[in-house]
Formats: sequence, C-alpha cells, structure tokens
Amino acid sequence: MIEFISQPWPWYVAGPLIGLMVPALLLFAGKQFGISANLRHACAAAIPGRVEFFQYDWKGAGAWNLVFALGVIIGGAIGATWLASPDPMVGISDATVADLQALGITDFEGLLPPEIFTWAGLLSVPGIIMIVVGGFLVGFGARYAGGCTSGHAISGLADLQVPSLVAVIGFFVGGLITTYLILPLIL
Amino acid sequence: MAKSTKAANRSDAASTLRLGSMLIYLVLGIIFGIILIKSEVVSWFRIQEMFRFQAFHMYGIIGSAIAVAALSFFTIKKLNLRDRSGEPIVIPPKKWEGIGTRYWLGGIIFGLGWALLGACPGPIFALFGAGFTVIAIAFLSAIAGTWVYGYLRPKLPH
Repeated sequence: MIEFISQPWPWYVAGPLIGLMVPALLLFAGKQFGISANLRHACAAAIPGRVEFFQYDWKGAGAWNLVFALGVIIGGAIGATWLASPDPMVGISDATVADLQALGITDFEGLLPPEIFTWAGLLSVPGIIMIVVGGFLVGFGARYAGGCTSGHAISGLADLQVPSLVAVIGFFVGGLITTYLILPLIL
Repeated sequence: MAKSTKAANRSDAASTLRLGSMLIYLVLGIIFGIILIKSEVVSWFRIQEMFRFQAFHMYGIIGSAIAVAALSFFTIKKLNLRDRSGEPIVIPPKKWEGIGTRYWLGGIIFGLGWALLGACPGPIFALFGAGFTVIAIAFLSAIAGTWVYGYLRPKLPH
C-alpha cells in the first residue's frame, strides 16, 4: 500500500482530491479554501506597524487558516519522507529538460533544481532573484489580486467569478513573461 | 456557584468545539500538503513545464480540481447545505471595480513571481516541510511583499 501511494500521483488522482478540499472546508468548517491570506495574518500578528490593512482581529479571522498552513507543512514533511517517491527525478517532459538545459540547468534531481534552491544557490544572482524577488512578488501580487492559485484559480473559477478569471489570466501573462523573457536573462 | 459551573461548562463546550475545529483544519492541511508533494505541483520543474505548455499534468490537476469544486458548489447551493455548526454556506463574490485593475495588475505581478519561485503560497509551506529550508527565505520575502502591498494599498489603483 505504502509502496503504491509513494509513486508520484497522476493528475486524475491529485486534481479531484484538491478539488474536494473546497467542499470539505465549507462543510466541516464553513471556511473558504485559500492559502495566501496567511501572509496577511502573519503581518497582522507580527509587524502590523501603523498600516490600516493589518489592523484587524487576525486570531478571529485567521487562526483556522494558520492551523491549516501548519498542517500543509506537516503534510509536506510526510509526503517527502514516509511517502517519498522511489525515483528522485520529477517526470517532466523531454522537451522541458532540453529547454532548461539550454538555459544552463544541469542538475535535475529532486523537486527543485539544487543549483538554485539551496543555501549555496541563494548566494548566486539567479538564486537571489528567483527566491527573494520571486517570493516578494508572490506575496505582493497575491494580496493585490486578492488571492492566489487556491483562492482564484480553484475556488474562484469553480464559482464562475469573473474577477478570478481575470486574475488567472494575469497569473499566466506574468508567468509567460518570466519564462520566456526574464529566465533567459538571469540563468 | 451553580451559575458559575454552568458558565464554565458552557465555555468548556465552546473550547472543545474550537479544539475539534482546529483539529479538522490541521488534518485537512496535512492531506493538502501530502497531495501537493505527491502530485509534484510543488516542483519548480513542473511549473516550468506548465508555462512552456509541454505536458498536460498541471492543466489536468488544476482543471479537474476546478471541475470537482464547481460540482460541489453547485450541489451545496442546490441542496442549501449547511456547515457543521448549522450555519448556511455562502460564497461571497469578489468585488469588481472599474476595469478590475487589481485583478489584472495583481495577477500579472503574482504570475511573474510564481514562475521565478516555481511555488505559490500553498507549496511554499509544503516545500518547507519537505526539507527545502531555503524556502523560509521565500516565505519571509512573501511576507515582506504582503506588507509592502498593505503599506502602499491606499495609493495603488484597484
């Protein structure tokens, strides 16, 4: 059994399971599926300053979401240890491997390229841009747009909300700009 | 005396419910974290493959997740289902102003970061748990980005 579920999960297993998170949270908890609001709760809890956006009852509004995020951390640990895939390589297409090799990526072992997403990699120019600047833009953009992949792409689109459709188109416009224009410059 | 015992019982019941709820959030989070890792959606390689349109994997995951969530919304609305504490389930619509500047600009900025980091907020937590400790820096940066947004919010077009 463990051996079976330790294989990487195909899309038709993972996708519906992620979709089920939405009704599970609504029915068990009356909560809307979303992750990025935790970043706001963290600001409100730790560094509210005098910024009006962070003056609210973060415990009342966000305790559930922070506990959920803690669960995601634990789940990540379980997935990467007890349920770790026997093959450390991610099964991406040959075309992607070729494209990334052309950009200078040589090590494809693990979930993230070790040349960048390690403490040593952080000290390189691509590492700083991808980890520090990338993280900043993810936080800024998610709050500006009012949600991330979970809130907009999954719950928003499932509820046929036009603002979410616009946000998701924006996610792709930004992602394509980075992929085709920015990554070739920095890698 | 009797009165205070009653009050204490009531607050006991409330805190038990609260503790029970917190346990549900934790368990759902654990399940979500395992799915994120096992489906490889936390992988920078997978995100690159998606933005290069070279495999169906990510589209299949996001598409089938939306389909299942949509079907659930439809069922919940149709049957007027209530949550565990008996409250009616309402899904508040996102506010739209003018041409929706915040969704365009915010979305594009998020996308720029998503393809650089290869992780959106959920995967940031899952990757940290999976032992990629350097992701803590991305998390702190994302908090900084959120803070700067909050600071600039009154001046930004929405």
